[in-house]
Amino acid sequence: MSHPILPPKAPLLTRKGWGAFFAALIAVCALAPVLNLWVPEGSALHLSDYGVALVGKIMCYAIVALAMDLIWGYTGILSLGHGVFFALGGYVMGMYLMRQIGRDGNYKSDLPDFMVFLDWKTLPWHWALSDSFIATLVLVVAVPGVVAFVFGYFAFRSRIKGVYFSIITQAMTFAAMLLFFRNETGFGGNNGFTDFKRILGLPIATQGMRMTLFALTGCTLLGFFLFARWLVASKFGRVLQAIRDAETRVMFCGYNPLPYKLTIWVISAVMCGVAGALYVPQVGIINPGEMSTAASIEMAVWTAVGGRATLVGPILGAFLVNGAKSWLTVAAPEFWLYFLGALFIAVTLFLPDGVVGLWRRLARRKPTPVAAPLRESVAREAGQARSAPAVPAAQVTEAAR
Amino acid sequence: MTPDLMEQGAQRLAANTASGGREAGFGRVAVPGQVDTTHGRILYLEDVSVSFDGFKAINKLSLDIAPGELRCIIGPNGAGKTTMMDIITGKTRPDSGTVFFGSTIDLLRHKEADIAQLGIGRKFQKPTVFEQLSVFENLELALKTHKGVKHSMFFRLDSAQQDRLLDVLHTIHLAGSAARRAGDLSHGQKQWLEIGMLLMQDPKLLLLDEPVAGMTDEETARTAELFLSLKGRHSLMVVEHDMGFIRTISEIVTVLCDGAVLAQGTLDQVQADERVIEVYLGR
Repeated sequence: MSHPILPPKAPLLTRKGWGAFFAALIAVCALAPVLNLWVPEGSALHLSDYGVALVGKIMCYAIVALAMDLIWGYTGILSLGHGVFFALGGYVMGMYLMRQIGRDGNYKSDLPDFMVFLDWKTLPWHWALSDSFIATLVLVVAVPGVVAFVFGYFAFRSRIKGVYFSIITQAMTFAAMLLFFRNETGFGGNNGFTDFKRILGLPIATQGMRMTLFALTGCTLLGFFLFARWLVASKFGRVLQAIRDAETRVMFCGYNPLPYKLTIWVISAVMCGVAGALYVPQVGIINPGEMSTAASIEMAVWTAVGGRATLVGPILGAFLVNGAKSWLTVAAPEFWLYFLGALFIAVTLFLPDGVVGLWRRLARRKPTPVAAPLRESVAREAGQARSAPAVPAAQVTEAAR
Repeated sequence: MTPDLMEQGAQRLAANTASGGREAGFGRVAVPGQVDTTHGRILYLEDVSVSFDGFKAINKLSLDIAPGELRCIIGPNGAGKTTMMDIITGKTRPDSGTVFFGSTIDLLRHKEADIAQLGIGRKFQKPTVFEQLSVFENLELALKTHKGVKHSMFFRLDSAQQDRLLDVLHTIHLAGSAARRAGDLSHGQKQWLEIGMLLMQDPKLLLLDEPVAGMTDEETARTAELFLSLKGRHSLMVVEHDMGFIRTISEIVTVLCDGAVLAQGTLDQVQADERVIEVYLGR
């Protein structure tokens, strides 16, 4: 840039960042399939099917955590209802998978089993598009997007903020859960959808299909990560942070916060919907439990543990918390909820910036050799400012401090 | 209307409009979003009242400001100074009265963000900057440009805008701190950054609520210099308690008390006013 005073525009990712990004891309698209499919089962390098399923599931959660970071970490809006969007995406995919079962269900009927069980004769209207994969892909994005848009428009227009907004989102997810629990709603009631057989006509329970879904989830996560980086690095992202820090100031700068909040809210919801759609075929079940209030709160915990407003942090947080969960619920199942609560309190009290914040603090404490020239250049810059005639000395010393 | 009032009005028009007010008589098409100051007034409040829970914060307040004028507002705590700014900037709706920006724009029909885009900038009593962003980014956000979502996503500073940003950085004496986090600035520097953000918006009217509070004497002197240089190109409304500062910058001072104008005139005139001494200056 021609002006030495103005800081240069930050790149999308640093060199190291790109390195890590491509390493992760190779890991999910090449390394994991090789280790799972071609390395023999007895080998120490073999990636078990259980491992694939677990990491695949956690990557879906990581997408949700990333979405939470955009709305909570960067915009300061704590949603405790993101489970709804995740479940909506999941249900849309689940409906398609139910139709793919065809006549292979227990009752050998064209209708999904639960409808036969309820003695329904025809498909309800909202199942109309569920046999088309293309329509399913569109609806995975559109359904959470539209629900988020309508909810967000009224909430943000009424200037509902802070804890009130969080409570309303909790109420929303709870209401949605109750609605989906009803058999009459037409989504399988409390059993939800399960027993999937095929996707795109191909059997769903094979190792190859599982690996494909795994790689697809990994690529989606990485793609969303890049997209989120681009968003927060743009002026749009800085307006979001400004809304978080001083919303009235943003208004008096001439920005209407409503479209900004609404945009990021819908983007965040759509990301959750996509995550839900990837989650269902891998896990093999979707039920209203995904809309429980605890599930949505857990999403906030992943983000807080990893570190808000860092993007990488929430992804790490999703892996850490869910890794701990899958271990603890086997080792000591009765302690999991206590652990989760304690973790949330501990992070709030001692690690306000999460794991990433801790790591940064530790990195700052021991000065690296790189820091020395940096400090020199800062001193030089201050020296330059001092020699500028228009700036009185008192001001510069203050600035240099 | 008495002849002397007419005389005063004619003088005001002559002083404050390019054509001496002669343009005002012609039929013109009002351009939406453009401020019409041919009548010699950029801001016009008439009979504005607002009450909070029965307390009349503003009570039939009438006030007007000429283009390019620097108006100082003084008054005791609770006189309604900040509430008046809230009304002008759309933060508070008055119960009754009219508020016009120029002759054609009814401010009561607009929201905060629209009013800011129309050309009214505001500095808060407590310096409000975006603490997590750098000084540079703070100014960039305030820059006068399209403020829609799509535009922000693909926004890049062009070179004219960079120059403007640099200009303002020098004006507010923060050229050496462009990359610093705004939250790390001193109180006085934050005040300046906020003034800088106003300048980036290039408003026609600036509302400044206690701009020199917490500044050192030197900083105050430089702020006075800055305001005097803005006068003429912009209209300014400054609320302050610092009498020395007001003496340096003021032409006309308006004294507010109990939500209405108590007195108006040069600083010497209002300081000599019995009622003003009674309620504000003290004996």
